[in-house]
Amino acid sequence: MYKVAVIGDSASVSGFASLGLSVFCETEPDKVSGIIKRLAENDFAVIYVTEPVAVTVSGTIEKYKKNQLPSIVLIPAIRGNTGEGMRSLHEAVEKAVGTDILKN
Amino acid sequence: MSRLNVNPTRMELNKLKKKLQSARRGHKLLKDKRDELMRQFMILIRENNQLRKDVEQAITEADRYMSVAGSVMQREILETALLLPKQEVEIEVLTKNVMSVNVPEFRTFYKSDDKNFFSYGTAFTSTDLDGAVCALSEVFPKMIRLAEVEKTCQLMADEIEKTRRRVNALEYIMIPDYEETIRYITMKLSENERNTITSLMKVKDMVLKQKYNY
Repeated sequence: MYKVAVIGDSASVSGFASLGLSVFCETEPDKVSGIIKRLAENDFAVIYVTEPVAVTVSGTIEKYKKNQLPSIVLIPAIRGNTGEGMRSLHEAVEKAVGTDILKN
Repeated sequence: MSRLNVNPTRMELNKLKKKLQSARRGHKLLKDKRDELMRQFMILIRENNQLRKDVEQAITEADRYMSVAGSVMQREILETALLLPKQEVEIEVLTKNVMSVNVPEFRTFYKSDDKNFFSYGTAFTSTDLDGAVCALSEVFPKMIRLAEVEKTCQLMADEIEKTRRRVNALEYIMIPDYEETIRYITMKLSENERNTITSLMKVKDMVLKQKYNY
Protein backbone atom coordinates (compact mmCIF):
# COMPACT_ATOMS: atom_id res chain seq x y z
CA MET A 1 0.00 0.00 0.00
CA TYR A 2 1.19 3.46 -0.84
CA LYS A 3 0.80 6.74 0.97
CA VAL A 4 0.19 10.37 0.08
CA ALA A 5 2.32 13.31 1.18
CA VAL A 6 1.99 17.08 1.14
CA ILE A 7 4.98 19.44 1.26
CA GLY A 8 4.81 23.19 1.71
CA ASP A 9 4.65 26.04 4.18
CA SER A 10 2.71 25.17 7.32
CA ALA A 11 -0.25 27.48 6.69
CA SER A 12 -0.94 25.98 3.28
CA VAL A 13 -0.57 22.32 4.11
CA SER A 14 -1.74 21.85 7.70
CA GLY A 15 -5.35 21.45 6.58
CA PHE A 16 -4.42 18.28 4.72
CA ALA A 17 -3.31 16.62 7.93
CA SER A 18 -6.91 16.06 8.99
CA LEU A 19 -7.56 14.15 5.77
CA GLY A 20 -4.93 11.62 6.78
CA LEU A 21 -2.16 12.70 4.44
CA SER A 22 1.43 12.86 5.63
CA VAL A 23 2.28 16.51 5.97
CA PHE A 24 5.78 17.97 5.81
CA CYS A 25 6.10 21.65 6.70
CA GLU A 26 9.33 22.59 4.99
CA THR A 27 10.34 25.38 2.63
CA GLU A 28 14.13 25.08 2.57
CA PRO A 29 15.03 23.90 -0.96
CA ASP A 30 17.75 21.48 0.15
CA LYS A 31 15.60 19.89 2.82
CA VAL A 32 12.60 19.67 0.48
CA SER A 33 14.70 17.88 -2.13
CA GLY A 34 15.85 15.50 0.57
CA ILE A 35 12.27 14.85 1.66
CA ILE A 36 11.11 14.24 -1.91
CA LYS A 37 13.96 11.81 -2.48
CA ARG A 38 13.20 9.96 0.72
CA LEU A 39 9.47 9.81 0.00
CA ALA A 40 10.02 8.55 -3.52
CA GLU A 41 12.05 5.65 -2.15
CA ASN A 42 9.57 4.92 0.61
CA ASP A 43 6.23 3.94 -0.86
CA PHE A 44 4.73 7.34 -1.47
CA ALA A 45 2.68 7.30 -4.64
CA VAL A 46 1.49 10.90 -4.69
CA ILE A 47 3.34 13.96 -3.42
CA TYR A 48 1.60 17.32 -3.46
CA VAL A 49 3.99 20.27 -3.41
CA THR A 50 2.91 23.89 -3.09
CA GLU A 51 3.87 26.03 -6.06
CA PRO A 52 6.33 28.45 -4.37
CA VAL A 53 8.23 25.52 -2.88
CA ALA A 54 8.11 23.52 -6.11
CA VAL A 55 9.78 26.35 -8.03
CA THR A 56 12.82 26.14 -5.76
CA VAL A 57 13.25 22.38 -6.26
CA SER A 58 12.24 22.12 -9.92
CA GLY A 59 15.35 20.07 -10.70
CA THR A 60 14.38 17.33 -8.29
CA ILE A 61 10.79 17.32 -9.52
CA GLU A 62 11.92 17.15 -13.13
CA LYS A 63 13.88 14.02 -12.30
CA TYR A 64 10.79 12.12 -11.20
CA LYS A 65 8.71 13.13 -14.22
CA LYS A 66 9.86 10.15 -16.26
CA ASN A 67 9.27 7.63 -13.49
CA GLN A 68 5.96 5.91 -13.08
CA LEU A 69 5.94 6.70 -9.37
CA PRO A 70 5.70 8.98 -7.51
CA SER A 71 3.35 11.44 -9.11
CA ILE A 72 4.37 14.91 -8.00
CA VAL A 73 1.53 17.40 -8.29
CA LEU A 74 1.75 21.15 -7.75
CA ILE A 75 -0.99 22.80 -5.72
CA PRO A 76 -1.57 26.49 -5.03
CA ALA A 77 -0.25 27.81 -1.72
CA ILE A 78 -2.18 29.95 0.72
CA ARG A 79 -0.68 33.13 -0.72
CA GLY A 80 -2.41 32.54 -4.02
CA ASN A 81 -2.11 30.77 -7.32
CA THR A 82 1.10 31.38 -9.27
CA GLY A 83 0.02 29.35 -12.29
CA GLU A 84 3.09 27.15 -12.01
CA GLY A 85 1.01 23.96 -12.08
CA MET A 86 -0.78 25.05 -15.24
CA ARG A 87 2.56 25.86 -16.82
CA SER A 88 3.83 22.30 -16.38
CA LEU A 89 0.63 21.05 -18.00
CA HIS A 90 1.18 23.33 -20.99
CA GLU A 91 4.73 22.07 -21.16
CA ALA A 92 3.50 18.50 -21.56
CA VAL A 93 1.12 19.58 -24.34
CA GLU A 94 3.88 21.39 -26.15
CA LYS A 95 6.15 18.40 -25.90
CA ALA A 96 3.55 16.02 -27.29
CA VAL A 97 1.78 18.11 -29.89
CA GLY A 98 4.54 20.54 -30.81
CA THR A 99 2.44 23.58 -30.04
CA ASP A 100 0.33 24.69 -27.12
CA ILE A 101 -3.23 23.95 -28.15
CA LEU A 102 -4.77 24.73 -24.77
CA LYS A 103 -3.63 28.32 -24.86
CA ASN A 104 -6.60 30.51 -25.58
CA MET B 1 19.75 11.29 -48.54
CA SER B 2 22.86 9.32 -48.84
CA ARG B 3 23.74 5.93 -50.16
CA LEU B 4 24.85 3.39 -47.60
CA ASN B 5 28.40 2.17 -47.83
CA VAL B 6 27.91 -1.44 -48.95
CA ASN B 7 29.30 -3.74 -51.62
CA PRO B 8 27.07 -3.93 -54.70
CA THR B 9 26.42 -7.65 -54.53
CA ARG B 10 23.31 -9.72 -54.86
CA MET B 11 23.53 -10.83 -51.21
CA GLU B 12 23.68 -7.24 -49.99
CA LEU B 13 20.72 -6.44 -52.23
CA ASN B 14 18.60 -9.19 -50.72
CA LYS B 15 19.56 -8.12 -47.23
CA LEU B 16 18.65 -4.52 -47.96
CA LYS B 17 15.35 -5.46 -49.52
CA LYS B 18 14.42 -7.35 -46.37
CA LYS B 19 15.50 -4.40 -44.23
CA LEU B 20 13.45 -2.00 -46.33
CA GLN B 21 10.42 -4.22 -45.97
CA SER B 22 10.65 -4.34 -42.19
CA ALA B 23 11.40 -0.61 -42.05
CA ARG B 24 8.22 0.08 -44.00
CA ARG B 25 6.20 -2.18 -41.72
CA GLY B 26 7.75 -0.61 -38.62
CA HIS B 27 7.02 2.83 -39.98
CA LYS B 28 3.37 2.00 -40.53
CA LEU B 29 3.00 0.48 -37.07
CA LEU B 30 4.75 3.36 -35.33
CA LYS B 31 2.63 5.87 -37.22
CA ASP B 32 -0.50 4.10 -36.02
CA LYS B 33 0.88 4.04 -32.49
CA ARG B 34 1.63 7.75 -32.63
CA ASP B 35 -1.85 8.59 -33.89
CA GLU B 36 -3.57 6.52 -31.24
CA LEU B 37 -1.35 7.89 -28.47
CA MET B 38 -2.13 11.39 -29.67
CA ARG B 39 -5.87 10.73 -29.67
CA GLN B 40 -5.82 9.41 -26.11
CA PHE B 41 -3.49 12.18 -25.00
CA MET B 42 -5.93 14.77 -26.34
CA ILE B 43 -8.78 13.31 -24.29
CA LEU B 44 -6.64 13.10 -21.16
CA ILE B 45 -5.10 16.54 -21.43
CA ARG B 46 -8.55 18.12 -21.67
CA GLU B 47 -9.59 16.25 -18.53
CA ASN B 48 -6.32 17.25 -16.89
CA ASN B 49 -6.92 20.90 -17.72
CA GLN B 50 -10.42 20.83 -16.27
CA LEU B 51 -9.37 18.91 -13.16
CA ARG B 52 -6.51 21.27 -12.47
CA LYS B 53 -8.78 24.27 -12.74
CA ASP B 54 -11.31 22.68 -10.37
CA VAL B 55 -8.70 21.59 -7.87
CA GLU B 56 -6.89 24.91 -7.86
CA GLN B 57 -10.14 26.74 -7.33
CA ALA B 58 -11.20 24.45 -4.50
CA ILE B 59 -7.85 24.67 -2.75
CA THR B 60 -7.83 28.44 -3.04
CA GLU B 61 -11.29 28.39 -1.49
CA ALA B 62 -10.10 26.14 1.34
CA ASP B 63 -7.05 28.32 1.84
CA ARG B 64 -9.28 31.33 2.23
CA TYR B 65 -11.14 29.59 5.07
CA MET B 66 -7.81 28.54 6.47
CA SER B 67 -6.41 32.05 6.57
CA VAL B 68 -9.53 33.29 8.32
CA ALA B 69 -9.26 30.44 10.81
CA GLY B 70 -5.59 31.24 11.28
CA SER B 71 -6.37 34.83 12.07
CA VAL B 72 -9.20 34.26 14.56
CA MET B 73 -7.61 31.34 16.38
CA GLN B 74 -4.38 31.09 18.23
CA ARG B 75 -1.68 29.41 16.26
CA GLU B 76 -1.05 26.79 18.95
CA ILE B 77 -4.70 25.81 19.14
CA LEU B 78 -4.92 25.56 15.40
CA GLU B 79 -1.88 23.35 15.23
CA THR B 80 -3.01 21.15 18.11
CA ALA B 81 -6.41 20.74 16.48
CA LEU B 82 -4.80 19.31 13.35
CA LEU B 83 -2.03 17.45 15.14
CA LEU B 84 -3.57 14.01 15.38
CA PRO B 85 -5.53 12.91 12.34
CA LYS B 86 -8.36 10.45 12.78
CA GLN B 87 -8.38 9.41 9.22
CA GLU B 88 -5.62 7.80 7.25
CA VAL B 89 -5.45 7.52 3.50
CA GLU B 90 -3.77 4.71 1.68
CA ILE B 91 -3.46 4.20 -2.01
CA GLU B 92 -3.31 1.08 -4.05
CA VAL B 93 -1.38 1.51 -7.26
CA LEU B 94 -2.41 -0.51 -10.28
CA THR B 95 -0.59 -0.35 -13.57
CA LYS B 96 -2.47 0.25 -16.76
CA ASN B 97 -0.94 -0.22 -20.15
CA VAL B 98 -1.92 2.44 -22.67
CA MET B 99 -0.25 1.76 -26.03
CA SER B 100 2.77 0.23 -24.28
CA VAL B 101 3.08 3.13 -21.86
CA ASN B 102 2.76 1.91 -18.31
CA VAL B 103 0.66 4.40 -16.40
CA PRO B 104 -0.37 4.23 -12.75
CA GLU B 105 -3.94 3.97 -11.61
CA PHE B 106 -4.70 4.99 -8.04
CA ARG B 107 -7.34 3.55 -5.77
CA THR B 108 -7.95 5.29 -2.50
CA PHE B 109 -8.67 3.52 0.75
CA TYR B 110 -9.66 5.22 3.96
CA LYS B 111 -8.68 3.59 7.17
CA SER B 112 -11.96 4.34 8.91
CA ASP B 113 -15.30 4.55 7.17
CA ASP B 114 -16.32 7.27 9.53
CA LYS B 115 -17.60 10.29 7.66
CA ASN B 116 -16.65 12.44 10.60
CA PHE B 117 -13.05 13.12 9.75
CA PHE B 118 -12.61 16.08 12.08
CA SER B 119 -9.65 15.45 14.28
CA TYR B 120 -10.74 17.93 16.91
CA GLY B 121 -13.67 18.88 19.08
CA THR B 122 -15.61 21.94 18.00
CA ALA B 123 -15.34 23.73 21.34
CA PHE B 124 -12.09 25.63 20.85
CA THR B 125 -11.89 25.95 17.10
CA SER B 126 -13.39 28.36 14.66
CA THR B 127 -16.03 27.22 12.16
CA ASP B 128 -13.78 28.46 9.42
CA LEU B 129 -11.42 25.61 10.19
CA ASP B 130 -14.34 23.20 9.70
CA GLY B 131 -15.00 24.89 6.38
CA ALA B 132 -11.40 24.52 5.28
CA VAL B 133 -11.21 20.86 6.23
CA CYS B 134 -14.59 20.16 4.60
CA ALA B 135 -13.57 21.88 1.38
CA LEU B 136 -10.32 19.95 1.27
CA SER B 137 -11.98 16.61 1.92
CA GLU B 138 -14.49 17.32 -0.82
CA VAL B 139 -11.82 18.05 -3.38
CA PHE B 140 -9.55 15.21 -2.33
CA PRO B 141 -10.92 12.54 -4.73
CA LYS B 142 -10.36 15.02 -7.54
CA MET B 143 -6.83 15.63 -6.33
CA ILE B 144 -6.05 11.94 -6.50
CA ARG B 145 -7.52 11.75 -9.98
CA LEU B 146 -5.45 14.80 -10.92
CA ALA B 147 -2.29 13.09 -9.70
CA GLU B 148 -3.16 10.07 -11.83
CA VAL B 149 -4.06 12.02 -14.96
CA GLU B 150 -1.13 14.38 -14.70
CA LYS B 151 1.35 11.53 -14.38
CA THR B 152 -0.30 9.76 -17.31
CA CYS B 153 -0.07 12.89 -19.43
CA GLN B 154 3.60 13.39 -18.62
CA LEU B 155 4.46 9.79 -19.45
CA MET B 156 2.41 9.86 -22.63
CA ALA B 157 3.94 13.15 -23.76
CA ASP B 158 7.35 11.55 -23.40
CA GLU B 159 6.29 8.49 -25.36
CA ILE B 160 4.65 10.56 -28.11
CA GLU B 161 7.81 12.57 -28.53
CA LYS B 162 9.89 9.42 -28.78
CA THR B 163 7.51 7.74 -31.21
CA ARG B 164 7.33 10.82 -33.39
CA ARG B 165 11.11 10.92 -33.65
CA ARG B 166 11.22 7.28 -34.61
CA VAL B 167 8.51 7.73 -37.25
CA ASN B 168 10.35 10.69 -38.75
CA ALA B 169 13.71 8.93 -38.69
CA LEU B 170 12.22 5.97 -40.55
CA GLU B 171 10.24 8.08 -42.99
CA TYR B 172 12.84 10.66 -43.92
CA ILE B 173 16.18 8.96 -43.31
CA MET B 174 16.16 5.20 -43.20
CA ILE B 175 13.62 4.34 -45.88
CA PRO B 176 14.99 6.81 -48.49
CA ASP B 177 18.53 5.62 -47.76
CA TYR B 178 17.57 2.00 -48.26
CA GLU B 179 15.71 2.82 -51.44
CA GLU B 180 18.63 4.71 -52.87
CA THR B 181 21.12 1.99 -51.99
CA ILE B 182 18.89 -0.66 -53.52
CA ARG B 183 18.61 1.39 -56.70
CA TYR B 184 22.36 1.80 -56.78
CA ILE B 185 22.99 -1.92 -56.36
CA THR B 186 20.44 -2.87 -59.02
CA MET B 187 22.03 -0.42 -61.44
CA LYS B 188 25.48 -1.72 -60.71
CA LEU B 189 24.37 -5.34 -61.11
CA SER B 190 22.63 -4.77 -64.43
CA GLU B 191 25.63 -2.81 -65.61
CA ASN B 192 27.82 -5.79 -64.77
CA GLU B 193 25.40 -8.06 -66.58
CA ARG B 194 25.51 -5.95 -69.73
CA ASN B 195 29.26 -5.94 -69.41
CA THR B 196 29.40 -9.72 -69.35
CA ILE B 197 27.00 -10.05 -72.28
CA THR B 198 28.97 -7.71 -74.48
CA SER B 199 32.26 -9.35 -73.67
CA LEU B 200 30.70 -12.78 -74.33
CA MET B 201 29.42 -11.60 -77.68
CA LYS B 202 32.84 -10.26 -78.48
CA VAL B 203 34.51 -13.53 -77.51
CA LYS B 204 31.98 -15.49 -79.52
CA ASP B 205 32.69 -13.37 -82.56
CA MET B 206 36.38 -13.86 -82.12
CA VAL B 207 36.06 -17.62 -81.71
CA LEU B 208 33.82 -17.92 -84.75
CA LYS B 209 36.19 -15.91 -86.82
CA GLN B 210 39.14 -18.01 -85.77
CA LYS B 211 37.51 -21.39 -86.33
CA TYR B 212 35.30 -20.93 -89.38
CA ASN B 213 36.70 -17.74 -90.69
CA TYR B 214 33.33 -16.02 -90.65
